[in-house]
Amino acid sequence: MSGVERAQSPWALRLRRFRRHRTGMASLVILALLVLFCLGAFPLALMGVDADATDLFARFDPPGPGHLLGMDEAGRDVLIRLMVGGQISLLVGVLATLLGGVFGIAIGITAGYFGGRLDAMLMRFTDGMIALPLLPLLIVLGALDLTKLGFGQEFARSGAAGFWRIVVIIAIVDWTAIARLVRAATLQIRERDYVRAARAAGAGAWYVMVAHILPNIATPIIVAFTLTVGRVILAESVLSFLGFGIVPPTPSWGNMLNNAQELVTTAPLLAVYPGVLIFVTVIAVNFLGDGLQAAFDPRSEK
Amino acid sequence: MSRFIASRVWQAALVLLVMSFVIYSLIGLMPGDPLDIMIASNPGATPEVVARLRVIYGLDQPILYRYFHWLLAALQGDLGFSRTHSQPVLVVLLPALWTTCKLMLLSFVCSVLLAMVLGVWAALKPGGIVDGVVSLLAFAGISVPVFWLALMMILLFAVKLHVLPASGLSDIGDGSILDYARHLVMPVITLALASTGGFTRFVRAAMIETLRMDHIRTARAKGNAEGRVVLIHALRNAMIPVVTVIALSFGTLFSGALVTETMFAQPGMGKMIFDAILSNDFNLALSGLLFATMVTLFSNLMADLAYGWLDPRIKL
Repeated sequence: MSGVERAQSPWALRLRRFRRHRTGMASLVILALLVLFCLGAFPLALMGVDADATDLFARFDPPGPGHLLGMDEAGRDVLIRLMVGGQISLLVGVLATLLGGVFGIAIGITAGYFGGRLDAMLMRFTDGMIALPLLPLLIVLGALDLTKLGFGQEFARSGAAGFWRIVVIIAIVDWTAIARLVRAATLQIRERDYVRAARAAGAGAWYVMVAHILPNIATPIIVAFTLTVGRVILAESVLSFLGFGIVPPTPSWGNMLNNAQELVTTAPLLAVYPGVLIFVTVIAVNFLGDGLQAAFDPRSEK
Repeated sequence: MSRFIASRVWQAALVLLVMSFVIYSLIGLMPGDPLDIMIASNPGATPEVVARLRVIYGLDQPILYRYFHWLLAALQGDLGFSRTHSQPVLVVLLPALWTTCKLMLLSFVCSVLLAMVLGVWAALKPGGIVDGVVSLLAFAGISVPVFWLALMMILLFAVKLHVLPASGLSDIGDGSILDYARHLVMPVITLALASTGGFTRFVRAAMIETLRMDHIRTARAKGNAEGRVVLIHALRNAMIPVVTVIALSFGTLFSGALVTETMFAQPGMGKMIFDAILSNDFNLALSGLLFATMVTLFSNLMADLAYGWLDPRIKL
């Protein structure tokens, strides 16, 4: 009755569909709260709580004023370590996903666009990578001696090296899913009229890939990136737990569980907190990916 | 068919060869080297002696030379000597491989059966209550860190309830099968739960898709009982994509097995590799990683073959 309906851009449509996805929206809220929680380390530090300060007289102290979740096995404040550890875990999750994702996109789009022998070679490489036992490989990569790779003694022992090492090794291992997905999507888009028109008009391969193909395969990539963040956080946690990831005193949710197996009898709650946080984060990320997928699927429009 | 198998075997062998070199190089980049350990245990070693040992053990040679030397010996069944176990690597490796395979197979069977039941049940009424609960559980299964799940099981069953042992394969002095089984319950459940979530989602998605197909409507129209339609007509067809995905992920169970074995002190490959890396047992770590790669490659090969066997439309 009201006449012409205003045309909506595809992204506005997707946003509207996502807003109606209940679990997707809920997980977005939960993730925002988690990030806020982790950022709570800054005001807490201003109030004089130190994440690394140990007090051996306060080992396993129960929760009390000043230390809301009590003290850990070395007499450190549990709450602020959970917050700082969360920052590290989330940061590793996002950075490793971006790094591995960019690599995966490059491999996938090259293979899909050029096809032929190059495609076959790149995909055999990807298949070979998928066939590897990932965790043992990650452990070996986590145990490498950086000085043997030409890095300085000083850098190799620093906390920054520990952080970037884990980002890089997870990225090295976790790019295959995105590469395969991007290749499959590129194969579909490659034969579209607008791509052929661009090529007929003399556009170079690089231009066609960036201007025509990438924007049109953005939605599956976003979903895959989201799901990868969840996987990466899990990988970081297990590596740090086993002692090959983020190295104490820098906390991460994974390495806070390092001693948890012995602590399970004496201080079970110390083993519960970090695990619950990892679990909640990863399940929220996975539900977010699910919601995005539903919102991006044109068939889900009623 | 045989050409397809041959090409797949050939490909797997190639991946294994490339990986053997990659792993060999990586092991060389780990902290310490075999001589450090000898020097540490022998304070009288002068630099001249060390240099001579380096030559004797060929450590002064370029890596490619050392690799081919190792490869040649490995192909003849000589994988070297394990430093920590003081035994040939193969003697240490084979029992561990058997332990891991048992753990993986048991968990895999449990996981697949559970996923089939849950997935089919959820698919009967997409969007219903059962579907909602199953989907939530499946998401939880994908998102839970395996090692933490193991920790919580230990906390609950071993520490609080005292019903199950927290580690090892059997109690001292008691070698009965029942005792052995009791020690396997928690590792198997942990490992199974870790993969059930993903499997359930595949089964559910495939069943929902199949149940919408024309031949299902035909089967119903002909008056088949609903149970028969679901279990015979739908499930069989839905299994085709599911089997590939599930079989392909058998190899990924190995990562979970490493965690599970480490946590429950099961003497399997995963724990062995982990300990070998921790204690600089280079030969054992190298061979362990290669065997792990072989297990994965072999299960992927089986997945390819199962695909052709299940779907007669695919001429291999």
